Amino acid sequence: MNVLSLALRYLVARPLAAGLNLLLLSLGLGSITFLLLVSTQIDRAFERDLAGIDVVVGAKGSPMQLILAGVFHIDVPTGNIPLEAVQELAKNPQVAQLIPISLGDTFRGFRIVGTTPAYATHYAATLASGALWSQPMQAVAGAQAAATTGLAVGASFIGSHGLGGTGHAHGDHPYQVTGVLARCGCVLDRLILTATESVWQVHEKSTALDAEDQKIMEAEREVTLALIRYKSPLAAVTFPRLVNTTTEMQAAAPAVEITRLLRMVGVGTEVLRGFAAVLLLTAGLSVFIALWNAVRERRADLAMLRMLGAAPAKVAGLVLCEALLLAVVATALGLAAGHLLTEVVGSWLQSERSLPLTGWIWLSAEWWVLALGAGVALLAALFPAVGAYRLDVTTLLNSR
Amino acid sequence: MIRTTQLAYGYQGQAAIRFPDLDLAQAGVLLLQGPSGSGKSTWLALAAGLLRAGGGSMLVAGQDLGLLQGSALDAWRARAIGFLPQKLHLSSALTVQGNLELAQWAAGAAADGEAVRRTLHALGLADLAQRRPDQLSGGQAQRVALARAVLLNPRVILADEPTASLDDTAAGAALQLLGATAHRLQATLVIATHDARVAQALPAAQLCRIGVQSIEPAGVGG
Repeated sequence: MNVLSLALRYLVARPLAAGLNLLLLSLGLGSITFLLLVSTQIDRAFERDLAGIDVVVGAKGSPMQLILAGVFHIDVPTGNIPLEAVQELAKNPQVAQLIPISLGDTFRGFRIVGTTPAYATHYAATLASGALWSQPMQAVAGAQAAATTGLAVGASFIGSHGLGGTGHAHGDHPYQVTGVLARCGCVLDRLILTATESVWQVHEKSTALDAEDQKIMEAEREVTLALIRYKSPLAAVTFPRLVNTTTEMQAAAPAVEITRLLRMVGVGTEVLRGFAAVLLLTAGLSVFIALWNAVRERRADLAMLRMLGAAPAKVAGLVLCEALLLAVVATALGLAAGHLLTEVVGSWLQSERSLPLTGWIWLSAEWWVLALGAGVALLAALFPAVGAYRLDVTTLLNSR
Repeated sequence: MIRTTQLAYGYQGQAAIRFPDLDLAQAGVLLLQGPSGSGKSTWLALAAGLLRAGGGSMLVAGQDLGLLQGSALDAWRARAIGFLPQKLHLSSALTVQGNLELAQWAAGAAADGEAVRRTLHALGLADLAQRRPDQLSGGQAQRVALARAVLLNPRVILADEPTASLDDTAAGAALQLLGATAHRLQATLVIATHDARVAQALPAAQLCRIGVQSIEPAGVGG
């Protein structure tokens, strides 16, 4: 017999109280684990997808919508901008790199993005098979898009109009898959990339009334937005103002918009965090009351231990060990529940072609969940343990 | 052996209890008698080293208790004293065997399954090892408590009112077992009681009347 097995037997002997405490502690710790996993992964996804993009230029409208549509591909864009204007911007001495992005079609929910090979290079994407496109109507599938739709090198597919996936199919203009990207953990995983010209070709041919109409369309070609990297950070002061005041376009700084977004979402996160804290506090109180009662009920049993030769610290240690055992089991259950819930939400988001989220990761911050569980349990056990330490053994002789 | 000289103990705000001097040989039997509140439990607590004497001296199993304190006193008690309380305080979370293993754990002794089996066998409890306290009769439970008290071969067995709630037959059996066990271990046996049947069952026992300042052979007192 050792202190652990003894504490375990005392816990098992009170299954209802132990079960309730376990449930409350696990729920609190599980909520905190879930919040930790979700917020960290979303922060990381934002950080990774934003890296190296100083400003996004697109049609006037909501700047946040422009960022969500153009960088993270989780919203519809604000509109299109003239190709000519974008080419002018590319010549601006403050611009180091400009990547055009053209949106409009999807394949089974995955966006088909017209762009240049620089977009793949920007995220340091590598090919799992095949090669990048070399001419219009060739496409390269991101890892998740390829895995979900079964697209492989040599396959052909037809995009459907619109970003909702419910538009008509561009039946006359199939794409040929020339490559599949290796998983990069970035936004490219859930995109299908092609040349900007492909997007023009598909839409001009499907909407032009005649050859004359097509010529007009070619002269008025557009892209959806442009991702820009500055030559110098100083450009952040003047470039957006230049675009916003002298053109029909708007320039939105991703860092500013995402900070704004996180501040708005942060209110919800804070509410959830508060809820988890209340749960934990309740769990702590419940453990405290259960242990306090256990020490009161077992006062004579604990005194008997003293009579049998156990030092006061040993008796108090037994009470603390009961609480710690609860904390360890509750932490394991809480972590498992938090990861499971994150994985379920992640699977749902994946089916919605949204942000990547998985329960199959371990964050170093999760060690704090373990510390938190142990801390709450020890704090709750402190007074009962002190009570056990100071137990008057002579009460044993007076109990009849 | 137990020897006390001018032993006294005072509860806060009350007059000190003065105990009669006594000298009991090793393996002797002592009956502590006296009315409720006379100090029998206090004497047991002093003998077990749970209370410190307010005056005089007390030698138990060759140890001057005034010289021990803290964990040394706990360790001494674990080794030297076997205690049979009136309310048995068997842990309901543990089996009979578990309750005996608990005594080894509390004393800081190494787990010794063989000693547990031997003690249970000696007290006729071998078949009850896996039962829980609530599955035992009163007499069986008392035997388990006695097994727990003598598991570590104590030099002194302290029994607090062991016959209080027993009928004549059960009381006789309990005292016979207590006496035989103490004799087998060559342990000094101290029984605190106000039950006249105890003195009749143990006529050779030395009698210490607390509250009346006298020590006499059991046959004379009653």
